[in-house]
Amino acid sequence: MIVEFGHFALMLALAVAVAQSVLPLVGFSRRDPALMAVAPRAAMLLLLLVAIAFAALTYAYLVSDFSLLNVVENSHSEKPLIFKISGVWGNHEGSMLLWALILALFGAAVAVFGGNLPQTLRANVLAVQGWISTAFLAFILTTSNPFLRLAEPPMEGRDLNPVLQDVGLAIHPPLLYLGYVGFSIAFAFAIAALIEGRIDAAWARWVRPWVLAAWIFLTAGIAMGSYWAYYELGWGGFWFWDPVENASLMPWLVGTALLHSAVVMEKREALKVWTVLLAILAFSLSLLGTFLVRSGVLTSVHAFATDPTRGVFILAILCLFVGGGLTLFAVRAGTLRQGGLFAPVSREGALVLNNVFLTVAAGVVLFGTLVPLVVSAFGGAISVGAPYFNTVFGPLFGATLLVVPLGPLLAWKRGDLLGALERLWAVFVAAALVALGAAWLNGATHLLAVVGLGIATWVLVGAFAELWTRARFRDVGLSVGIRRLAGLPRSAFGTALAHAGLGVTLLGIVSTSAFQTETILEMKPGDTTVVGAYSITFDGVRNAAGANYSELVATMTVREGGVVRFVVEPARRFYTARQMPTTEAGIHTHGLSQFYVTLGGEGRETDSVVVRMWDKPLVTLIWLGALVMMAGGALSLADRRLRVGAPNPARRAVPAVTAD
Amino acid sequence: MRLIPALAVLLALAGPALAVDPSERLADPALEARARLISDELRCLVCQNQSIDASDAQLARDLRAIVRERIAAGDTDEGVRDFLVARYGEFVLLRPRAHGVGLLLWALPPALLLMAGTGLFLAFRRRSAVTGPQGLSPEEEEALKVLSREEDERPNY
Repeated sequence: MIVEFGHFALMLALAVAVAQSVLPLVGFSRRDPALMAVAPRAAMLLLLLVAIAFAALTYAYLVSDFSLLNVVENSHSEKPLIFKISGVWGNHEGSMLLWALILALFGAAVAVFGGNLPQTLRANVLAVQGWISTAFLAFILTTSNPFLRLAEPPMEGRDLNPVLQDVGLAIHPPLLYLGYVGFSIAFAFAIAALIEGRIDAAWARWVRPWVLAAWIFLTAGIAMGSYWAYYELGWGGFWFWDPVENASLMPWLVGTALLHSAVVMEKREALKVWTVLLAILAFSLSLLGTFLVRSGVLTSVHAFATDPTRGVFILAILCLFVGGGLTLFAVRAGTLRQGGLFAPVSREGALVLNNVFLTVAAGVVLFGTLVPLVVSAFGGAISVGAPYFNTVFGPLFGATLLVVPLGPLLAWKRGDLLGALERLWAVFVAAALVALGAAWLNGATHLLAVVGLGIATWVLVGAFAELWTRARFRDVGLSVGIRRLAGLPRSAFGTALAHAGLGVTLLGIVSTSAFQTETILEMKPGDTTVVGAYSITFDGVRNAAGANYSELVATMTVREGGVVRFVVEPARRFYTARQMPTTEAGIHTHGLSQFYVTLGGEGRETDSVVVRMWDKPLVTLIWLGALVMMAGGALSLADRRLRVGAPNPARRAVPAVTAD
Repeated sequence: MRLIPALAVLLALAGPALAVDPSERLADPALEARARLISDELRCLVCQNQSIDASDAQLARDLRAIVRERIAAGDTDEGVRDFLVARYGEFVLLRPRAHGVGLLLWALPPALLLMAGTGLFLAFRRRSAVTGPQGLSPEEEEALKVLSREEDERPNY
């Protein structure tokens, strides 16, 4: 009954989405405020209805209602509670419903927080959101309905793919979708601006918080996914240039570019057309990401959907929104007037350079990801793998990072490059010292790593150069400097932190890639081996059982200088319902580094097992850097400037006091 | 019949993800290091986007054995790759070769950067041609002189 209620709510949601798509536009063309006012109410109602549908499906999972096909295929009565919940979106149908839910959430957020928007803009933005909702709800109801019942329900479900039974999966897709779908707001704003043929600095100010929020979530989602792949797949790598990973990286690159070009537009009214284009592209790439993963054109770790009818439907959605958006852009972009002029060497110039590098990088990843698909469609076969992407993406992103500390030190309109470089001399010295130190410690064998460490230091330390300069410590002394520092807007700290996070991540990537030690060998209980500074003793194996799996756990004691440091327990699991084995890496974090052990098959001698061990120096920095970037984004989001026009809390507090 | 490749993929992915069996190693560390580097850039054809160095699939084992055989037989790195390409096609190379579509892949990044650079250069030149600094008219020069004289005569606060 509850399930039917959810199913019905989903159908109603489609009807509401259609109304939200059409009525505000009619209202806009007739200048009818009543019709335009439908938009926010429809958006709220849509959220309510989709949330009911989602809650109903979650309920079905919680009570293991095996009369639902979707629950049978992806759940099991003995599955731990958290994976019963995360299993809701651990499959195609459920994840699409989550997509629709987040879309509705963002739409409602615009309705609630968009009170300061001009009425026509708000109506048009919500109408565009309505189109997207309509498309996705229709997609779910016609091709991917999670509410289908079975006439003869089985006694037990088939369980969720064991690789996905992990806390990482519980969080990764929602974060990623919050990022993807967040860009739909930027897209809706862009289309609304093109429809109205009017765009100004205020537009950028309205759009930026949404882009920033989406960017924070996307950063979190990508980092989370990377860490999940790192510990769950047991390959020891953190990024595989898998098409599914690329699908999330592309919107991130373009979204980062959008974030920066929106700053230029907000401050200087320049780059309007370009910013609108980026807003369309960022969401197009998000849709493309959904298409790549969901249509089954790729069959890879993440892609667990294979059904051509769905593929064609998603392709149609993709063509409609990307093609339609770009066509509208081509027709209407000319009506947007260009604003502020600037010299090539200026803050704007640096941001344009950043945009060029980021979009070229995104273009390269896009091409490299799609080429194998296109070639195979014509009967050929070509591989574009990690070696290609590393070779091409590395220098491109390295060049981008070189410019990062410079940009914030340049003035708007016309900057002083020499002056900026002069202010960075200390940063340069620090970077050179780190690079030389690394070269001295490791010999000249790792030239690339030495350069990488230098760039990482340059970005990490250089990120704070703007704060240092603006506090004017050298001119005004420490105490006044600190006061000046405290008076700087939060967005300045946000910029510094986000840029520093890039440096931190790069530091982790370089030191892990270049300086990790790897050992692969056969071990028998009682054997001892040496990895880096550690000696590892294989104590033995034992059998254990989880809620829905059995496992073989190996115990390894790690000693340093004869003293026991820690114990790692890698394991091999066997999930009974799906008859699938998985490896669970044994990971121990020491400081910022990690010791990583996986178990392989049986060795040639009796009782022996193949063991692969890594000591990965500073590997955690890869993901800690992402956290720092997110913190930077959050600080920027908290900046007052972005809330100008929002109700002032101080003023609201006054009546409360007088009421006493 | 589509089920069989799908199953193979699943098994390859789900199997204990550990590769490079110690028993496969070459005795000479220099040759073994070359073998690792080469196998890191060869595709395990039945897996998804995994190199033969990282995969535990049977095919990956066989390919690793072939790589080591060819190296032991004295092939150059390129020779080993040629041998595998002749058998399995260029699909086996994770780093595409620079001809045909591969050439497009390698030419794209510099081409894009060049296009963007030219575009920016033209945009800036056109813009400075339209709004570039024009000389002051005689009247303006005169006004400026008057202004700067006034500035000189007044005390500077």
